[in-house]
Amino acid sequence: MSDFFTKTDLSRKDVENIISDTLNKCDDGELYLEDSKSESILLDDNKIKSSNYSSDLGYGLRAVTGEVVAYSHSNEISKNSLKQSSDNLQSTLKSKKGIYNNEIPKTNEKFYKDVNPIEEKSLNSKLELLKEVNNYTRAKGGIVQQVTASFAGEHKSVEIIRSGGEVLTDVRPLIRFNVSVMLEKNGKKETGVYGIGGRQSYDEYLKDDNWKKVCDEAFRIASVNLDSKPAPAGEMKVVLGPGWPAILIHEAIGHGLEGDFNRKKTSAFHDLMGQRVASEGVTIVDDGTLHNRRGSLTIDDEGTPTEKTVLIENGILKNFMQDRLNARLMNTRSTGNGRRESYKHVVLPRMRNTMMLNGKYSQEEMIKSVDKGIFAVSFGGGQVDITSGKFVFNCTEAYEIINGKIGSPIKGATLIGDGPSILKEVSLVGNNMMLDPGIGTCGKAGQGVPVGVAQPSILIDKMTVGGTQL
Amino acid sequence: MVKDQDYLKKTASFCVDLAKKLGATGVTAIVINSISETVNFRNKKLDESDRSDSWAVALETYIGKKKSSITSSNLSENNIKTLIERCIETTKITPEDEFNSLPDKDLLATKIIDLNLYDDDHISNEEKIEYLKEVEEAAFEKKEITNTETSFSESKSNFILASSDGFLNGHKSSSFSASCVTVAKNANNKMERDYEFTDTCHLCDMLKPNQIGTLAAKRTIQKLNPQKIESEKISVIFDRRISKGILSVFASAISASSIARGTSFLKDKINEDVFSPSINIVDKPNIVKGLGSRYFDAEGVKMEELKLVEQGVLKHYLVDTYNGKKLNLRSNGRSGGTSNLYFEKGSISYRDLLKLNNRALYITETIGHGNNLVTGDYSVGATGFMVENGIFKHPVSEITIAGNFKDMFKNITLADDLEFKYSTNAPTMLIEGMVVAGK
Repeated sequence: MSDFFTKTDLSRKDVENIISDTLNKCDDGELYLEDSKSESILLDDNKIKSSNYSSDLGYGLRAVTGEVVAYSHSNEISKNSLKQSSDNLQSTLKSKKGIYNNEIPKTNEKFYKDVNPIEEKSLNSKLELLKEVNNYTRAKGGIVQQVTASFAGEHKSVEIIRSGGEVLTDVRPLIRFNVSVMLEKNGKKETGVYGIGGRQSYDEYLKDDNWKKVCDEAFRIASVNLDSKPAPAGEMKVVLGPGWPAILIHEAIGHGLEGDFNRKKTSAFHDLMGQRVASEGVTIVDDGTLHNRRGSLTIDDEGTPTEKTVLIENGILKNFMQDRLNARLMNTRSTGNGRRESYKHVVLPRMRNTMMLNGKYSQEEMIKSVDKGIFAVSFGGGQVDITSGKFVFNCTEAYEIINGKIGSPIKGATLIGDGPSILKEVSLVGNNMMLDPGIGTCGKAGQGVPVGVAQPSILIDKMTVGGTQL
Repeated sequence: MVKDQDYLKKTASFCVDLAKKLGATGVTAIVINSISETVNFRNKKLDESDRSDSWAVALETYIGKKKSSITSSNLSENNIKTLIERCIETTKITPEDEFNSLPDKDLLATKIIDLNLYDDDHISNEEKIEYLKEVEEAAFEKKEITNTETSFSESKSNFILASSDGFLNGHKSSSFSASCVTVAKNANNKMERDYEFTDTCHLCDMLKPNQIGTLAAKRTIQKLNPQKIESEKISVIFDRRISKGILSVFASAISASSIARGTSFLKDKINEDVFSPSINIVDKPNIVKGLGSRYFDAEGVKMEELKLVEQGVLKHYLVDTYNGKKLNLRSNGRSGGTSNLYFEKGSISYRDLLKLNNRALYITETIGHGNNLVTGDYSVGATGFMVENGIFKHPVSEITIAGNFKDMFKNITLADDLEFKYSTNAPTMLIEGMVVAGK
């Protein structure tokens, strides 16, 4: 754990006094301090293309009154700088009156270990492993034209100091290993990408040469796409595979259930609490408590312990995801979803690990039931328009389904749907729930945070496939 | 106040000197300081104020053909020393790459012409609030508008780029921007959202607040009650908000890094017809007050105007030092990408472009990341309007548009309505023969 005030002109007492003075007559707020170290190493085109180490330090002082948030951040931890931030906040909130809410739940549970993945494995061994990854993947044959492989590790210490001197801390490791392969056959080029990651050390993730599985998977996806034909265009049935395709739930449903959009009534879900928003059998949770997962957090960035929040139970909308501000204004409690990318950013309600739970059908049954449609196994990114509810995502591995059988692979196409209605089109929920491999980053209001998703296979009765074949 | 040039120069030179002392044969350092103040308003009330004061240093060290880098926002002298030591140690064990090199000295920028990129004016948060109130009042004049979110941001920054070859230069820049997002509801409580904004180097060039509010509201209301259309092959007209995106894809596809790695559909296309013959594309770094204007690139290499495409023929890639060495090309000052990139305007008016086909789909927004630079395949979600005989018929949503850039580039017709609102700009654009997936 970092001590943020050594080598500064500030004592802990000074800091507590500034915080208490600033937040006097406010409803909420805190000083958030962050010390993060990160390392990224990239192999590309047979060479180590870059090795970067980064060290970031800074604070964000926040005061909240009513619906108003005043925020000031800097990377200079000094009396002068903190005082300037405090003045800035007080000038915004000068005519406001509030009562500071001291209540914040406590936890002793931790969902990941205090490891520093960067220091734990030497740079040399990481460089060697990347070379091995390159050699292993290129040895798969002459059609391999390009291999890119990377490690990214992070070690982030956060400290939250609240009015009255209450202190909450967390140390968060995060790693990511990624392989991208480009193949060329008969003049046709295709890429395949696969990665793994989580809040763990490298060695736990990469033991027993299981990095080879990552290379194999990237190669397999690219190979499938080499044989792909143009995707169909129009409305049809879609079977989604288990695991990462749950990015659909994240985009289509998840964002619309974040507290801020519902308090502001800009989400298509804001007036649907307690109502049916999905087919029977569809249950969706957002869980921050899964051990070592990318989207897990011991406490969120306001200090609230995370939990498993039921969003939709058997098709009925049960809860929104809340930070402290939106919870207070909506007369409910924070669900531990208050997150920020870094000290440079304000807290927003954000997802953690968003999961659709198991139903009772097998994937085989789903595919058998489709006369004409597509089977989507993996996706690239997705995006949603919260207000209209329209969302998209891009297939990176998909097949046509003809008369109940999986046919040829099809080229990457965009699928588009309507968030509030898509879950009503889910007719079968599978029994094969899988977590994603630990690769997701969610963007909102210019802030990226690590998230996870999970789902079993599902059958969607009607979705628009954006291919080129009419 | 942002730190002055002398202060940044001192820090950058300190880093370069220390790295050299510790054994680096080449060093570049960038030191940046920026201060910004933002006020957000929502439904005629203050929502958020945000003050940001940030400092960062980015350093690259070379030992022969070995290279490594660090970045940090912790600028205590002790921390910087530790990091530079670490960077040198890392450089020593990183394998050699024959193409690693500082830029050729004769390419470094020497002359700096003032492009008026900094405005010292300061606008207080109270004045920002007054501006935003006017924006929202204009938007709320339309009864269909149920929600507004507006934002005013002022930022000042200063940077210095220093290298062990003696390059030591940088400049201040400023930005003033305001935006308005509005939500409208129809009789069935179905909502749509749209926006308008202004972003300028100088305070006095900003749009008037009521212009922003009125336009955002008008655009949002037009989108109410959209229909989904049948899947079909149709001409697609890209609004200027979207047409510039097509140009950004082109810029990514001609970056020397994509070309050198062989992962671009435009590899080996220099001096070939890539666009229809009427198309010219220019990257012009020296526009006064230009949003993308720069004196030199991220490596200190001078930037000159490039005619990337002339009469449909691809003339240049965007070349930086490393990938240039790989491709046997000299850097053309495009490390860090393009500056003010634009399509030269077409010869047909906006009105006539709308009438060019009996039926066309006019797109105002796309969502998703459906650009594949390797294959050129394009497929994105879209919203817009059906246009028949030049007249907007009804809004359209929940559809996708798809094609392949190789074909799309050859079927472009541009209107004559080019304006410089972004750093990358394109006139309204018509592309024939795209596939729309709907019902």
